[in-house]
Amino acid sequence: MYKFKTINETETQRLAKQIGEKLLPNDVVTLDGDLGAGKTTFAKGLAEGLAVKRTVNSPTFTIVKEYKGRMPLYHMDVYRLEDSEEDIGFDDYFNAEGVTVIEWSQFISEFLPEERLQINIEKIDEDQREVTLTPHTNHFNELCKEIK
Amino acid sequence: MKDKNELILAIETSCDETAAAVVQGGTKLLSNVVATQMDIHQKFGGVVPEVASRHHIEQITVVMEQALTEADVTMEDIDAVAVTEGPGLVGALLVGVNAAKALAYAHGKPVIGVHHIAGHIYANRLEQEFEFPLMSLVVSGGHTELIYMEEHGEYEIIGETRDDAAGEAYDKVAKALSLPYPGGPQIDRLAQEGKDTYNFPRSYLEEGSYDFSFSGLKTAVINKLHHLRQKGEEIDVENVATSFQESVIDVLVDKTYEAAMDYGVKQLIVAGGVSANKTLRARMDQRFADTDVELAIPPLYLCTDNAAMIGAAASVEYHRQNYASLNLNANPGLMM
Repeated sequence: MYKFKTINETETQRLAKQIGEKLLPNDVVTLDGDLGAGKTTFAKGLAEGLAVKRTVNSPTFTIVKEYKGRMPLYHMDVYRLEDSEEDIGFDDYFNAEGVTVIEWSQFISEFLPEERLQINIEKIDEDQREVTLTPHTNHFNELCKEIK
Repeated sequence: MKDKNELILAIETSCDETAAAVVQGGTKLLSNVVATQMDIHQKFGGVVPEVASRHHIEQITVVMEQALTEADVTMEDIDAVAVTEGPGLVGALLVGVNAAKALAYAHGKPVIGVHHIAGHIYANRLEQEFEFPLMSLVVSGGHTELIYMEEHGEYEIIGETRDDAAGEAYDKVAKALSLPYPGGPQIDRLAQEGKDTYNFPRSYLEEGSYDFSFSGLKTAVINKLHHLRQKGEEIDVENVATSFQESVIDVLVDKTYEAAMDYGVKQLIVAGGVSANKTLRARMDQRFADTDVELAIPPLYLCTDNAAMIGAAASVEYHRQNYASLNLNANPGLMM
């Protein structure tokens, strides 16, 4: 487990960008934290690291939004799948040679692959965040070691 | 030359309404059938995608038949079948797309794929003709966008939300206040009774930007409620509703006004589910009263999801012969 403390939104986004820059095709990243913890902000940073040009905004309504970067980014918010046990074709996204980022991943825990990078964001106060990275494979472990 | 009074059978299943309509010449509504799932989703506090898809399947053929019957036409009279191809929930969209393709194929008619947001804008053309150039504020549960149009079928997004859609912020704040789904009408109703006492932030972003941001406001409301509860202080729900709504509407009206003036448009269209909001309607009316810009807000039944608007938007594509092939697929993240 790797813990990082960030003092403001810009720094949180910078941390996310570093991770985004190191992601590879078919990587799955889970992104969890309370309402207002800054999941979408973090996702923006990841997208920046993946060289996505378009505005990344909340995918809550349609559950998944797709972006073009140096590889495709599939940004999911599965908040609305709570209690539904629905598989919207998750494997198709996980294996589509892009990066999948999933907010509120606990609601689809049964569909998550073993190999994933788990990111938890905790709110310390208005601006400060504690970001915890839990790599579930060696590839993600190597990635985490390089994060400053 | 295509017949100017073409008949289009339109289908819309992008979220929780199963809808079909027959539209003549892009401007005349012959029938408009909407089967809503609102009461079902209310139990879950939001749209459950899996439930939505199942209900679309149950309703779709009935709704299509009813639309034809009410318009007093048969498939022989129909010139094209139009359908929402995105954005929306993939399982829900697929029901409409496949129904449209099957019907069109069986009767040898062309299929037209329509962007859901283009539909919301064109809902207005069933009421009054467009005046170009125009600006449209599309504001709903999944969208907050300023779209500039120089002519029919040409859309330029000049501003959009950087995080949550306005309607989404309404739903999330309503949930934090333990109000039933959908949150928008509830908050609008409570806001009529309250005062703006909490001074929530108004996010205008950097100078000259037409983008929106509602996530910070949502967080501010949730934090405020959290602190009040922790201190055991009473929460004035009406005042929270008013304060929140004032913040949202101030920003929506100010940014839209600025965009309309900067682009020198002749008409402003407010569209999407949130345009049903009474306070937003009144405030837009006030702000544009002394300008040369004509304000157009569709009647309530055309603000929420319906198929008539899809038929209206499809008319433009019909005259350009912009038909889809039978490979047409649901596209949950469709760009404009």
